[in-house]
Amino acid sequence: MSETLNTFEAQQQGRPTGPLVQGYEVIIGFETHSQLSTESKIFSRASTAFGAEPNTQACAVDLALPGTLPVMNRGAVERAIKLGLALGSTIAPRSVFARKNYFYPDLPKGYQISQFEIPVVQGGSVSFFLGEEQKTVRLVRAHLEEDAGKSLHENFIGQSGIDLNRAGTPLLEIVTEPDMRSTAEAVAYARELHKIVTWIGICDGNMQEGSFRCDANVSVRKPGQPLGTRREIKNLNSFKFMQQAIDYEIRWQIEEIEDGRKVQQATVLFNPDTGETRAMRTKEDAADYRYFPDPDLPPLAIAPEWVERVRAEMPELPRAMAERYVTTHGLSAYDAAQLTQSLALAHYFDAAVAAGAAPKLASNWITGEIARRLNAQDLTIDQAPVTSAQLARLIMRIGDETISNNAARQVFDALWTGDGDDVDAVIEAKGLKQMRDTGALEAIVDGVLATNQKNIDEYRAGKDKAFNALVGQVMKASQGKANPAQVNALLKAKLG
Amino acid sequence: MSLTHSDIARIASLARLQLAPDESERMLSQLNGFFDIVEKMRSVDTTGVEPLAHPVAAIEDITLRLRDDVASEPNAREANQRSAPAVEGGLFLVPKVIE
Amino acid sequence: MKKDLHQLGVAELARALAAREVSAVETAQHFLDRIQAHQALGAFVAVDADVTLAQARAADAQLASGNAPALAGVPMAHKDIFVTQDFPTTAGSRMLAGYRSPFDATVVRKLAEAGTVTLGKLSCDEFAMGSANENVAVPAMGGAAVVPVRNPWDIERIPGGSSGGSAAAVAARLAPAATGTDTGGSIRQPASFCGVTGIKPTYGRASRYGMVAFASSLDQAGPMARSAEDCALLLSALCGPDLDRDSTSLDRPAEDFSRQLTDSLEGLRIGVPREFLGDGVAPGVRAAIEAALVEYEKLGARRVEISLPRTELSIPVYYIIAPAEASSNLSRFDGVKFGHRAKDYRDLADMYGKTRAEGFGDEVKRRIMIGTYVLSHGYYDAYYLQAQKIRRMIADDFQQAFTQCDVIAGPVAPTVAWKIGAHGDDPVADYLADIFTLPGSLAGLPGMSVPAGFDGGMPVGLQLIGNYFGEAKLLNAAHRFQQATDWHARTPGGF
Repeated sequence: MSETLNTFEAQQQGRPTGPLVQGYEVIIGFETHSQLSTESKIFSRASTAFGAEPNTQACAVDLALPGTLPVMNRGAVERAIKLGLALGSTIAPRSVFARKNYFYPDLPKGYQISQFEIPVVQGGSVSFFLGEEQKTVRLVRAHLEEDAGKSLHENFIGQSGIDLNRAGTPLLEIVTEPDMRSTAEAVAYARELHKIVTWIGICDGNMQEGSFRCDANVSVRKPGQPLGTRREIKNLNSFKFMQQAIDYEIRWQIEEIEDGRKVQQATVLFNPDTGETRAMRTKEDAADYRYFPDPDLPPLAIAPEWVERVRAEMPELPRAMAERYVTTHGLSAYDAAQLTQSLALAHYFDAAVAAGAAPKLASNWITGEIARRLNAQDLTIDQAPVTSAQLARLIMRIGDETISNNAARQVFDALWTGDGDDVDAVIEAKGLKQMRDTGALEAIVDGVLATNQKNIDEYRAGKDKAFNALVGQVMKASQGKANPAQVNALLKAKLG
Repeated sequence: MSLTHSDIARIASLARLQLAPDESERMLSQLNGFFDIVEKMRSVDTTGVEPLAHPVAAIEDITLRLRDDVASEPNAREANQRSAPAVEGGLFLVPKVIE
Repeated sequence: MKKDLHQLGVAELARALAAREVSAVETAQHFLDRIQAHQALGAFVAVDADVTLAQARAADAQLASGNAPALAGVPMAHKDIFVTQDFPTTAGSRMLAGYRSPFDATVVRKLAEAGTVTLGKLSCDEFAMGSANENVAVPAMGGAAVVPVRNPWDIERIPGGSSGGSAAAVAARLAPAATGTDTGGSIRQPASFCGVTGIKPTYGRASRYGMVAFASSLDQAGPMARSAEDCALLLSALCGPDLDRDSTSLDRPAEDFSRQLTDSLEGLRIGVPREFLGDGVAPGVRAAIEAALVEYEKLGARRVEISLPRTELSIPVYYIIAPAEASSNLSRFDGVKFGHRAKDYRDLADMYGKTRAEGFGDEVKRRIMIGTYVLSHGYYDAYYLQAQKIRRMIADDFQQAFTQCDVIAGPVAPTVAWKIGAHGDDPVADYLADIFTLPGSLAGLPGMSVPAGFDGGMPVGLQLIGNYFGEAKLLNAAHRFQQATDWHARTPGGF
């Protein structure tokens, strides 16, 4: 574990830092279990589809029936390679599967096939923005393992019902160094990792369905003191819960210490109803998993040729794409990061630019108006009622001064709400074309000036507000079709 | 090396075996008898020797075979649950799991 | 038939059936009658005449159509460590009393595809752990009593284990052949004790899918019959890659192991490890082995003295590795999904503890305890890891030996079969008797037991160990020996 102090010095040296909480430094590490989007399970040919009737997707191998053996799914390995490449990790040319032995009803074999000493992915990092600040969280490793089944407690008194459909679903367990220094940073890391695994297509990212679950290791200490005892909050499957749980845990640990007690190492669960974390029943020998290499599975060999093939087929990664947007389109780093929130969003942007939209304007519209509406209506970019082609057309019409910005908003709204599907048709139907005829405009300006002597006098007296009022009058007289820039210029010219 | 009663208790617990007191006694002496013959093995110099996992790896490189990602197992719940001690609604029933 | 049906071997029966001299139904019924008559041996734990005769009728239909596989209608029985859909599978344990597998073991399926008819399931030591078939926890067929299996040559003696039921059934002519499994000698040793022929192939040749797992890196299936010729036919049928279901199965094409059976043994170098003929070997056993080696020299082979220096170390090495793997493999027996569950329990922990205490016998519990201990925190390096390293050294010793010889020969066991109950409460005595079969198991080499004589009326087996993938040569060596001698053809009195 790396030693860090929450000081300016540490910051200067590029070591992780964050805001103190009640004078305490917060240290967080994450273990994320990302389900892999394979068709079949990691060691059996049963389906991984979510939501099936209990135990209808648990074959003999998944149930650990006597005589059954594991056979490895190539798709799971390929997804591990993709993750390693996306995070700049080392892909182990040879890695070993190990048995993690413990008893639990949702663990059919009485052991989980995982990786222990030699994982498939080693090292790497995840970088992201926290506000305006760039953060980097280092990875220790990512390894392949199988998911367990589920215990259901409702509908049973004194008993639990075990559904092994999920048993054997492939997981990548992604482990970080304890580099995070605040709840906000931890959640931002989780969001970035979530983005990456969905971006590269290895995980469907559906957190409600349990596709992406985080365990947060949290400890606190006064700066300069040795590392505090950490507690592990298990199975956080929403960003909101992550934030609530870690915040609560931090406050709880600080309160314990302030009250003179020591924090005991424990595994804790977050209760979303109470907003509290609570230690699980301690199991005395929970830590002795008796790891040993699984004799049913020879070592996994990954040849460099395979890695290169996967690398060649990888989509451009978000960070690289964002950097490209900065250099090619002159976008700010922040806007570029916004646009590369998802592959779909980035593709939308690319398509709009390809269709002729000015990149900066496209960026503004997408990260502004479109993002706002998508959020409010809980839609993804793929579900946006305005297509990238339509957006591009709209932006071009602003650019060629067919319509004003104001008019553009009206057109956009019409397209979004389904009141028309063609930009030019909507402009026509609503008569939003900006006035091009300078003669006609001049006539209107003259007309306004003739009937607004008061404003003219006030403007000449130094009141800029009066000028705006005149502009407003002209716009009104032109039914919004005048080009505001032209109106400004004409008025100034005529008023001297 | 000699095992103690607490070793037996710890191992039995890890292995989820409830041993009767006389069983524990017998187990202790039998295991100690067994570990006497094992002691010689511990002092063998194995520096630089790689463990042998798959026996044939003694003469050729054995690596993991990978299968195509195809979900081809049909739903066989009824047959698979034929020998289950307690089932309801397709779920295996166990005493309540308390976390 | 001039010869009783039960005196015919697999090859002879296959020929007679193919020539329609006898029907599959008649053959099956003949053996079923014998099985009923000799229940006192305790060899069979499950029999179902309806199932057997239905299979036999199907075989007869194939034979009538002229489109029958090579072994169509040949009856055989399976060690109860192989899961079968049509018969219960117990692996000799209370833990699996009444268990019905929804699938067949690959080995069972392949033998069925070759045409064999299943006579029933054979008693074995619980979860294949034992050298005497005394660790039995399920009743023998048709009875309520749990009984040890008896050696047909002397019913007061053990048949050997863990494939004791298989060896006894074949020796008593209750079946022309049987499957066994060999982890530390469990095919070779009972074959030796019962005077039958058995072979364990190279690790990875036969699929382990459907074999209730004991020690994953050691378990291998193999045939037991009354001749090398019969074993070759069966081995060819049951071996072959199972790429879809067993990751340790080797991707080597199926072989015809009978192809070299009659080759001359001229110039064959037979390595005899000095460690295999030391003071620990009973004089009568040593005499039989020496006599067998003389036979081989008459056949043109040459005897070479070799050394396998870590022979004795193979005992602790095996008894660390096998229990370690077993302790983990047996964790799935928890009363949740299948098998035994205790009747009364307070909570989950109590259910686990009671279920496993009730379901497992003493030897199994012992090995689970040993295995759990050697894998536990702080002991892994000194025990398990160390054992796996010495294992490689033992394998290397064999490679060194095979530069000087073509096959290795010696006794299967230091003694003949001992009296039931003679080893009492001392499990270590059983472990020590495995000394000659363990090294070959650890290295994953193919090994055979060939009947080679008697000591005080009890059979003595000659062990032949080949290099990796050398089964055909082993069978050849055994076959030529069996052409020159008749030990393998002897029948115990009363059978």
